Amino acid sequence: MIPFDYVRAASMDDALQAGAEPGVRFLAGGTNLIDLMKEMVERPRRVVDLGRLGLDQIEPLAEGGLRLGALAANADTAYHPDVERGYPLLASAILAGASPQLRNAATNGGNLNQRTRCLYFYDVATPCNKREPGSGCGAIGGVTRNNAILGTSEACIATHPSDMCVALAALDATVQVVSSGGARSIAFSDYHRLPGDQPEKDNTLQPGEIVTSIDLPAEQFRDNYSYLKLRDRLSYAFALVSVAAALSLKDGRISDARVALGGVAHKPWRRRDAEQTLIGGEATPEAFAAFAKRLLEGAVGHGGNDFKIELAERAIVRALTQAANGTPQSQSHKKIA
Amino acid sequence: MAVSLHTTNDVETTLRVNDVEHTVSIPPWVTLLDLLRERLHLTGTKKGCDHGQCGACTVLVDGRRINSCLKLAVTLDGADIKTIEGFEQDGELHPLQRAFIESDALQCGYCTPGQICSAQGLINEGRAGTREEIRELMSGNLCRCGAYTNIADAVETVLHNKRQPMREAAE
Repeated sequence: MIPFDYVRAASMDDALQAGAEPGVRFLAGGTNLIDLMKEMVERPRRVVDLGRLGLDQIEPLAEGGLRLGALAANADTAYHPDVERGYPLLASAILAGASPQLRNAATNGGNLNQRTRCLYFYDVATPCNKREPGSGCGAIGGVTRNNAILGTSEACIATHPSDMCVALAALDATVQVVSSGGARSIAFSDYHRLPGDQPEKDNTLQPGEIVTSIDLPAEQFRDNYSYLKLRDRLSYAFALVSVAAALSLKDGRISDARVALGGVAHKPWRRRDAEQTLIGGEATPEAFAAFAKRLLEGAVGHGGNDFKIELAERAIVRALTQAANGTPQSQSHKKIA
Repeated sequence: MAVSLHTTNDVETTLRVNDVEHTVSIPPWVTLLDLLRERLHLTGTKKGCDHGQCGACTVLVDGRRINSCLKLAVTLDGADIKTIEGFEQDGELHPLQRAFIESDALQCGYCTPGQICSAQGLINEGRAGTREEIRELMSGNLCRCGAYTNIADAVETVLHNKRQPMREAAE
């Protein structure tokens, strides 16, 4: 690790002030940032430790919904009764990710802001436009098993690695952020971005801004949901493809449908226009298969990840079927029902 | 109100490790793992991958299991740490240590301190009941010798109180 100066912020004002210069990284759980600093991918001049700021509460919102503090641990979030019982899709997605040790340390804000696990982003001996803008993309033409099939650009085919964010996208969460200029809200679908010609930007957070909470709307999808994650081993691995599926059913017909994909793009992948085609129809495998084709429209493989297109289509059908049947995928009993 | 600390120098950090208080002056980039091993000479905690991918460095911080390789020690000022050296009490092996021996839950032993700390964390969390849940919630600890079946046996034995009660208070 390259030496840096250390700020332990005692207040948000101090954190914002210390973070207002270039070359600063905010430190929360550290499970990704410290690793990237060891790899010399991140080389901050200053690290501002947010660990004493609180912001770890999980509390109901006055207008309905739930506020997840940015510094609450992923484990405490998944196991909080209001999440576990109220938003089981989110709890399931969090528990599908990482390991118990990592979930104990990693925070909600940090989960949003974690970097891609693209092999070439991590390997400083290879080109990477995300790590070193303009240097090229090592992944294109390289090992692409964990890379994206949707929304890619000539500059970058990285994926966002989070499971939690896939559920947050499906649930239409809102990200609350603060800067020295004040607070603002960002719709979850606008938080992460596609790489385009600026893959160094993972999201729309501005320099010096800090995530304070993630707010969940009142709609919970408690009865018909599933988080289905497919990976190279049963646990403790990033998704090749994951699906967060949530349905509202009324008199045997679909009245609301949400599907977000992980492991396939630079952000959780959702298409509201495709979801609309499910509404009013019956929850049948045929309807789900047609929907899957729509959601995967434009998908392109890069050799080592060509399989993801069919895998994603099948996973969507399976996850929606699990959701419709009220039999969500278990994250400990691994058989896929 | 507390005052923010801003330093380019070593940071005085106090940690309670296995019920002994240590105050050290350390650069901010020292991980908890390196502090334990290199400065406090508690080498029971192992460095496997140093990247949060193997679990060999698992310790308990305020009763919660974390990967000590990914935690800067200065961020833990005031915390209570438990490592494998803190499990034995008055010459008596901890029930998890005995269960690992009796279940033959190790071969080379390199992952064992992390496995045992992780198992204690699992017990503290109270989220595992079934065999499948034990396996899933121990999945953050790799064993390259492949002793998983016996590790799960050992954890199951202690978890289901087949030896003696040992749930610890998590702060």
